[in-house]
Amino acid sequence: MPEVVVSIGPHHPALKEPVNFKVVVDGEKIVRLELDLSYNHRGIEKAAEQRDFIRVLPLMERVCGICSHSHSTAFAKGIEELMQIEIPQRAQYIRTIIAELERMHSHLLWLGVAAHVIGFNTLFMWTWRDREAVQDTVEEMSGNRVHYAMNEVGGVRRDLTAAQVTTALERLPNLEERIKKYVDMVNTEETMLIRFRGVGKISREEALRYGTVGPTARASGIDYDIRRDDPYLAYADVPWNVVTDTNGDVYGRTRVRIWEVQESLKIVRYCLENLPEGPIHVPAPKNAPKGEILSRYEAPRGELVHFIRTNGTDKVERVDIRTPTLANWTSVAMCLVNQNLADIPVIVAAIDPCLSCTSRITLLDIHTKKTGVMSLDELIRRNRSRDHGQV
Amino acid sequence: MTDPVFGLIYIFIFPGFLFLFAYALVLAFLDRKIAARMQQRVGPPFFQPFADFIKMLGKEVIDPAGVDSGIFDVAPLVALAAVMTAYLYVPIVGNSPLAFQGDLVVVLYLMSLPTLVLFLLGWLSRNIFSAIGGIRSVTQLFIYEVPFFLALLTPALMAGTWSISEIVVWQQKNMWFVFLQPISFIIALIGLQAKLERTPFDIPEAETEIVAGPWTELTGRRLAIMDLTIDVSLVVGSALVAALFLGGPMIPWAVTPAWLEGVIGFFLFLAKTLAVLLVLSSIEVATGRIRIDQLNDIGWKYLAGASIVQVGIVLVMNYLWVYA
Repeated sequence: MPEVVVSIGPHHPALKEPVNFKVVVDGEKIVRLELDLSYNHRGIEKAAEQRDFIRVLPLMERVCGICSHSHSTAFAKGIEELMQIEIPQRAQYIRTIIAELERMHSHLLWLGVAAHVIGFNTLFMWTWRDREAVQDTVEEMSGNRVHYAMNEVGGVRRDLTAAQVTTALERLPNLEERIKKYVDMVNTEETMLIRFRGVGKISREEALRYGTVGPTARASGIDYDIRRDDPYLAYADVPWNVVTDTNGDVYGRTRVRIWEVQESLKIVRYCLENLPEGPIHVPAPKNAPKGEILSRYEAPRGELVHFIRTNGTDKVERVDIRTPTLANWTSVAMCLVNQNLADIPVIVAAIDPCLSCTSRITLLDIHTKKTGVMSLDELIRRNRSRDHGQV
Repeated sequence: MTDPVFGLIYIFIFPGFLFLFAYALVLAFLDRKIAARMQQRVGPPFFQPFADFIKMLGKEVIDPAGVDSGIFDVAPLVALAAVMTAYLYVPIVGNSPLAFQGDLVVVLYLMSLPTLVLFLLGWLSRNIFSAIGGIRSVTQLFIYEVPFFLALLTPALMAGTWSISEIVVWQQKNMWFVFLQPISFIIALIGLQAKLERTPFDIPEAETEIVAGPWTELTGRRLAIMDLTIDVSLVVGSALVAALFLGGPMIPWAVTPAWLEGVIGFFLFLAKTLAVLLVLSSIEVATGRIRIDQLNDIGWKYLAGASIVQVGIVLVMNYLWVYA
């Protein structure tokens, strides 16, 4: 069969978010592919510069639906560090609980999606049902299933009552049992093994070279987790382990994620049982002093980075968000080559892509209204020539 | 078949086409409901497949640019007509009055036509997803068809006849082929699952890879008729497996009056096709989709090998026992 171009996306049943792959296939084998990410530039960074810190936090939550808490915590954490305020222990623990519940529901959702893309809809239905237990817990604590709005600069907005802690703890044993079942299924279920094993392999060296983060990196044997290596919130107090795997394929990434759910459950249980007493927030000043900070956070998908520059007012001068999906994309484009057409969805899904969160920049020629891409060399050349007028 | 009125009733009303459509929709409902309950979902209401069918018949038919709409209209009808014809030769209430020597081969041939129609639709659609899906569906056909045919021909080999109805009569006198040829029975079920393009063999219409494969450009009544074709194929396929391996609508004892035997036979047909459906639904729920290269390995290494072994066993049994 001659080479044909299969254009996948931005509208395609396998993709829930806008991205376009132009895949050149020879029969069922992928020869090469082109990637186009920027379909959904929302201007969040610019909008964040117009608002004071209190109003930036809800905006940050809306960068992503699944990891809304990650973005608001990363931002709040950075601003608090710039203001040099220490938030109370209880607030740290509550933030940790929400963060880990978020990781649990994100990974369970991912497992369902991964099962769905290989046509294994039973697991998809099961994990999404069990995910509801996590969602219910989050809803009880925050009042919302998705945008929890728990954070404020200086602590959290809502306290946990004794009753909320008890019901949350009561839900855990059942959930633990279900997760054990999924761990078992991931390791023994033949239909998943034949589609996941050896597919989309990334070696340790490649993972380092392409700068992968999060479960994608840990599945290739890179022992790197911000929660342990640059501890924030309550992670330094809680006993837990970084999960790594040496398989480096989709199977490895599945194992890392499902074991991380187990670890998250342990963290949630520990935090709920050892929730310190005390206030949940401290008063924060209106303005932040002039400064720059790089706030790192281990989101469910990997290392999330917020770069924040303040100028002594109540607004940020610049905030730059590097989502984990952006860090993982290049590795996907690399490991898709020479794979089967049928494996595209599962390899793409294996990094748990969150595309709308990743669209940070759109190149637009203001005269011709054309959008496009630009190579790094071109970008550097244009910057050096100080020709900022048009790109 | 002496009385022409009886013949017309048999073909068009019961157990012919009218019953066939009704039963096809009931089986489609049961299939969806069983799968839903296993997946902890509620599932559709009873009339849902019928409602879907009527709704799609009324929807706009869209011709993709540059497509020969005449062939696009006719192709699904050809597929439906083929499986409906195949149905007439399968014993439902007692033996089929249309039976003749060699109807088994005709039924197998007619049941392959929908796959070829799907390939044709995929090729005609002028859409890359449809084309890949169409190619996948014929590739898959070449893989499962050989073991599937061999598995269905072993009962004929042992019974010494090419007529489905006579094979049923042979089982009535001796024993069900599911006990005599268990390997063939398993391969027949797997082959049927592949023929109906159900998980794990839904490779040609893998929605997360190639949208809907050859189905992508089908709209309105074309889609409705193609859907009905698959539902009817499910009836024909499960009835065929029930007839060849599970003794069909016959019981080993003579029952009087004759009409009672017919009623019992009909209920046996229902029970046996439902049992086959239950197995097929369970396979669908318990598996994910495999890749075409993996199917190639499984099909030619294991299924084809096992069916040839079964043919060998049958020949030895014929020599030592059946025709000794």
